[in-house]
Amino acid sequence: MGAKTRAFGLAAILLLALASSGVMVRGQGITELVVAGEIPRPLNGLTGDAARGRTIITDRRKGLCLLCHSGPFPEERFQGTLAPTLAGTGKRLTEGAIRLRLVDGRKLNQQTLMPPYHATEGLSQVGQNWRDKTIFSAQDVEDVVAFLKTLQE
Amino acid sequence: MLRLRIILTFLLGVVPGGAITRADDIAPKDRRSGFDMMSAETQAMQKNDLANPAMLWVREGEALWSTPPEGGGQACSGCHGEARISMKGVAARYPVFDASAGTAIDLAGKIQQCQVERQKASPWPRESKPLLSMSSYVGLQSRGTSIVPAHYKGTTEAASRGKALFNRRVGQLNLSCANCHDDNWGQKLGSAVIPQGHPTGYPIYRLEWQGMGSLQRRMRNCMTGVRAEPYAYGAPEWIELELYLMQRAAGLTLETPAVRP
Repeated sequence: MGAKTRAFGLAAILLLALASSGVMVRGQGITELVVAGEIPRPLNGLTGDAARGRTIITDRRKGLCLLCHSGPFPEERFQGTLAPTLAGTGKRLTEGAIRLRLVDGRKLNQQTLMPPYHATEGLSQVGQNWRDKTIFSAQDVEDVVAFLKTLQE
Repeated sequence: MLRLRIILTFLLGVVPGGAITRADDIAPKDRRSGFDMMSAETQAMQKNDLANPAMLWVREGEALWSTPPEGGGQACSGCHGEARISMKGVAARYPVFDASAGTAIDLAGKIQQCQVERQKASPWPRESKPLLSMSSYVGLQSRGTSIVPAHYKGTTEAASRGKALFNRRVGQLNLSCANCHDDNWGQKLGSAVIPQGHPTGYPIYRLEWQGMGSLQRRMRNCMTGVRAEPYAYGAPEWIELELYLMQRAAGLTLETPAVRP
């Protein structure tokens, strides 16, 4: 293997590590990202994919969203009633406000029922399979934010 | 605390997230068994002993009651006589403080203790078929009686630890038992109506399991549901939770063996 190939491999590994570790959130801490009740900037500068965001929301193992929320998903028969409807989210909330609620709603309300989707601090007795892992990756967060922003009514 | 919450809410200008936990206990007049929230079909299955699959375990427990253990010890009936008489009301007051164990003990734990100390036999493991069978046979003898938790020295503290565990947020989803079963009972979690979480019919036949299971198995399901690490079977935390749950369910009628979705 040439030196050039090796250097390229190393750079690729570094990039991968940066992308998968959610560097911005973990490195800085969530508090530093919050400005006036929002996380105004996309996590790690990522771009969200609204179509993928919709798929995450309706996937009951990945998003879990419809266990508690309802929303404009006519194909989903059983939707929860524990939390407000997702319909009109994009009209009620700015992108940054949606992002903070997903990443860690406790920053706004300690008593919230909403699980912290992209934070691990302050959690107790997390099961072995999930320890030190977030529910959503930074990309998942951005995808779901992008989709929720489209819900204007 | 409430005042602080109001001030915080005011400062933030909105009620963020929408769902706020109430953290109130359920008043005795509002206490309802999960039975009331089941479909008519599932209720009918529980009410009819010929249709209730849990009765298979009860029948096995009845046979075991008068079967001497291996090793030549006495059968349960040798000391306790007829279960119908001696076991009436027992399940409605467990867990109790057990002097020889020096701690609170649940009904299954008491059966195991009797096997070891009185019958000189090896105990049936937690969730094993004979232990579930014996527990449901003993439980059946209290069917129709009111839950009257025992208040003995040694259980009060354990029950308050149980209450703290009930209110403690755990797991990756960061939810407590109270978040659902105190604050949101009657609401729908996906397709399921959230019950108040009263232990009125254990061991239960759960349709989702296609089998019989203990309260500890049921609580385990909830804990893994919120992605928390469950306690080991028989752990003191389960007994503490059960003690609190029985106090919380006081006055409700015991239904063992219940059927649940």
